[in-house]
Amino acid sequence: MNIDSIKNGYVIDHIKAGKAMRIYDILGLAELDCQVALITNAKSKKQGKKDIIKIDKDIPLNLDALGFIDHNITVNVVKDDIIVEKRKLNLPQRVVNVAKCTNPRCITSIEKDLDQVFNLTDKENEVYRCLYCESSLKNKE
Amino acid sequence: MKHLIDIKDLSVKEIDDLIEVAKDIINHRDNYSHKCDGKKLATLFFEPSTRTRLSFEAAMMELGGNVLGFSEASSSSVSKGETVADTIQVVGCYADIIAMRHPKEGAPYVASVKSTVPIINAGDGGHNHPTQTLTDLLTIKCEKGRLDNLTIGLCGDLKFGRTVHSLITAMARYNNIKIVLISPDELKLPEYVKKEVLEKNNIEYVETKDIEEYMSELDILYMTRVQKERFFNEADYIRLKDYYILNKDKLKVAKNDLCIMHPLPRVNEISTDVDDDPRACYFKQANYGKYIRMALILKLLEVK
Repeated sequence: MNIDSIKNGYVIDHIKAGKAMRIYDILGLAELDCQVALITNAKSKKQGKKDIIKIDKDIPLNLDALGFIDHNITVNVVKDDIIVEKRKLNLPQRVVNVAKCTNPRCITSIEKDLDQVFNLTDKENEVYRCLYCESSLKNKE
Repeated sequence: MKHLIDIKDLSVKEIDDLIEVAKDIINHRDNYSHKCDGKKLATLFFEPSTRTRLSFEAAMMELGGNVLGFSEASSSSVSKGETVADTIQVVGCYADIIAMRHPKEGAPYVASVKSTVPIINAGDGGHNHPTQTLTDLLTIKCEKGRLDNLTIGLCGDLKFGRTVHSLITAMARYNNIKIVLISPDELKLPEYVKKEVLEKNNIEYVETKDIEEYMSELDILYMTRVQKERFFNEADYIRLKDYYILNKDKLKVAKNDLCIMHPLPRVNEISTDVDDDPRACYFKQANYGKYIRMALILKLLEVK
């Protein structure tokens, strides 16, 4: 399978297989007018299989959202056909409007204009809690 | 401007100061009867809670202030679809301080972000109820004379009971606290409270189903009600609601200076034959609730 290389933009690599569509949605890639390639289940020596996203445009990337979804992702920055930087991701301390609180008793369940905010409360176990009701995020995926 | 949304909003020093003011109010009530002259407390109760609302209102009245508000959402603009933020900004035009209860968790926090006057969380769903925790701390301080070096038994619904979670969080900041968790398997303390509060603060704790197993070691026995509204299955509620009934017989081996507490209302978990026991503190606890709320109102209004 041939996919054109990127001239200026990003190769988001080492995405856990199956998570690329979520990233595509959260980064709003459907709104872009440039070439975007989404590759799922690519062969990977380390991971067995992985997803990759290629974006042929230098856009502002929400690295917090990417780190929240999977901090093992590598973001390769491409300039003039060359990878000039490999950005490693961290678990962000806070994410806004990346995930929704599922607690039916949370104030966000009735006030839809409120931002959905989650704070990292346990780094070791990657536990995020809702800013409002402090419920833990059950399914970060 | 300070709000009280979560007991963790207050430092240990601030809690100790509130307790000292509350004790001074108890001993010198006349000195405080005009401290809030001309001030207004709004009690916004988006769900009914008679005793907490009355406690706040009595507290403000004893300080010489006035109260206004509503006791259920159907009599407010919420029934017309108004947001919490809008309600709070309007009420802030009429009152100097707001005590708010809401069925949705996090609603008082949302209010505090927009409010121009101090907000007190008077309970948000199963989440926080910090003035109950302050009440519990004042009770322990007055009845035991200390907040450290205590063995505290918590009995009943430890899973859904927000008062238990908040009390554990507050007590974890004091020295040499031992916790005895007494509950049926179905109502055990959630793992995250054990990990994020007890274990993180190196608090010694044990779990048991038997209320009598550690009775002789306890300084405090905190009883809780099994709350019907927390169960999806009524059969489970019926099976568990009378799992523990504290009576005189079970207290035979308890210390003479044990302090028996309960956030009230009780159903069957404390037999009425315990009421006359000098170790029963739960009605005194309700009284302490008014005094700590008086101290809190003074602090948040910055009245000296």
